Amino acid sequence: MLQTAFNALALGSVYALMAVGIGLVFGVLRLVNFAYGQLIMAGAYTLVIGSDHNWPEWGSILACFGVVIALSLLMEIGLFRPLRRASPATMLVATFAVAFLLQSIALLKFGPLVKTATIFPGLFDPIGHGDFETVRWITIVAIFCAVVALGALTLLIAKTTIGLHMRAAAADFRTARIIGVKANEVVTLAVVLSGILAAAVSVILVVEDPFVEPQFALRDTIIVLVGVVVGGLDRLWTATLGGFAIGVVTSVFTDELSSAHAVYVDSFVFGLVILVLLIRPEGLFAPFTARPVERA
Amino acid sequence: MRPLSRLSELMFPALLVAAVALLGSFTARANEIHFRTALVDVAIVVGLYVFIGNSGVLSFGQISFVAVGAFAAGLMTISADVKRGIMPDLFPILKDHSLGNVESLLLAAGLGAVFALLVGLPLMRLSGLAAGIATFAVLGITHNVLFNYTKIGPGATALTNIPETTGLLQGLVGALIAIAIAWVYQLSRFGRMLRATREDPAAAQAVGVSIHRQRLLAFTLSGALCGFAGGLFVHQAGTITTEDVYLNLTFLTLAMLVVGGVGSLLGAVVGALLISGLNSFLTTAEAGVHVLGWKIDLHDGTHLVVLGVVMALVLVVRPGGLTGGREFRLPHLLSRRRPAEART
Repeated sequence: MLQTAFNALALGSVYALMAVGIGLVFGVLRLVNFAYGQLIMAGAYTLVIGSDHNWPEWGSILACFGVVIALSLLMEIGLFRPLRRASPATMLVATFAVAFLLQSIALLKFGPLVKTATIFPGLFDPIGHGDFETVRWITIVAIFCAVVALGALTLLIAKTTIGLHMRAAAADFRTARIIGVKANEVVTLAVVLSGILAAAVSVILVVEDPFVEPQFALRDTIIVLVGVVVGGLDRLWTATLGGFAIGVVTSVFTDELSSAHAVYVDSFVFGLVILVLLIRPEGLFAPFTARPVERA
Repeated sequence: MRPLSRLSELMFPALLVAAVALLGSFTARANEIHFRTALVDVAIVVGLYVFIGNSGVLSFGQISFVAVGAFAAGLMTISADVKRGIMPDLFPILKDHSLGNVESLLLAAGLGAVFALLVGLPLMRLSGLAAGIATFAVLGITHNVLFNYTKIGPGATALTNIPETTGLLQGLVGALIAIAIAWVYQLSRFGRMLRATREDPAAAQAVGVSIHRQRLLAFTLSGALCGFAGGLFVHQAGTITTEDVYLNLTFLTLAMLVVGGVGSLLGAVVGALLISGLNSFLTTAEAGVHVLGWKIDLHDGTHLVVLGVVMALVLVVRPGGLTGGREFRLPHLLSRRRPAEART
């Protein structure tokens, strides 16, 4: 019971971080970044390289953040910027192409087999005895990281000028530009922030599950993408709640379903998703006055 | 619009596909598979186009109808004796019966249509991102069930021993049937009503078009075509796993449609032929080929990288796809060009 609760909270926190990363970029660009999972995968492979070469742990983590942020910026300059006025379908397929590209590069470079990254193995120990034997340190760390990151982000968006610009751009990009918000600045910040979150997620995921392969984090990304839409992509906080909720639901289903039914977790989750979308297409957590996301 | 130019909208894509099949019949036996694959890809992408192109609603779910069609057609053409041996868990009705090739394709189309109708009834009320994600959820459920439920299929293992009956001729006929149906549909009043809802939902509703009903009709027709294409797919390959009809195929076929141009039948056909051809060429190049005296020898796995780059580049340079969503029209060749209409 305790284990189920902690696992659910931990997966929910990680998914919430990913949801914010996806939601930030959607807010300013109206673009669903399907390649987000491949950013996390790239970060995970950086950690693999680090542990293969016996880099110190802070070095590996620094490299991981560097690689993921650099890749995010590259994506923004090479793809998002030229496509800023394209239709949503085109942008989505373009991010598919990038996801596909990054995954094939990983396949080409590292092969299809699993690589192991050893980083902070101590975090895998249980936090105590008795009831606490099944709860690992990383679970606590994951929840802590999510709370800190989300708190910092909330402060940034609520209290700083650039945060105000971001909110303005998310509400109405064209009007925001007319009254002096610098588009490239805001978009770059959103992309960098989402890159930082992706890097943090890849560190947490690698500690939890050190076996890295080209499809690393793909399933998680798909579930989070579904979660943010179910929560409501129009607002950052509803998207985040959506990510958190779908993480909790997935985790609880995984832990509590009997083993004969456990293989059908995805079906249960997706079935629930369809049901929620039918009842509230504008988003589960969206205010009741809200209308469905327009594909402007 | 004169009837001649309407007919050319059908004839030009059809001739393209026929030319590819003809080219395939002249190549070496070992290369024929690339042409068969291209023909099957055309059938799948035209199936996608009927719904996505005409309605303007992005669906990730159409490959679930391909999957259902493929597994049904594959399963039912394996002889009953073989099935009893390799899949003892099957329901008796599936285990003890088998069908011929054409019947299996009809079954695939029928199942695709019924599945699409059942799914579409509730889902076609959604639009935009919600529709995209809900149809994606359908794909996830289909894959999850096919992968785990061994009473209706092979589960996690590959389905093998399927008769490879889709040669060049059947592939060509199949692709042509799909193109013809898509053409008839988009010229019919139903197709026009759906395209009206794509351009302006409010105005279409104001003149009495039911968005839900028109989308549901296209979704069901698309389901039938996708199921049928799934039948071709499985009879072309002779073997199938649930992974073959899941994410990769979804992305690849959607990319074909978008690269060609979502808004036109021509776009669907051109995109499918080009990306499929490029994919085949690069795969062969990994084994080493000679092109115009140049020896090209790529590292294994390069084809996926190049394919990703090409798809991204095409979209950056031509966001409306190669055809820009326009159909082929004879008058365009004779008179001055009209400016491209943005149709997404």
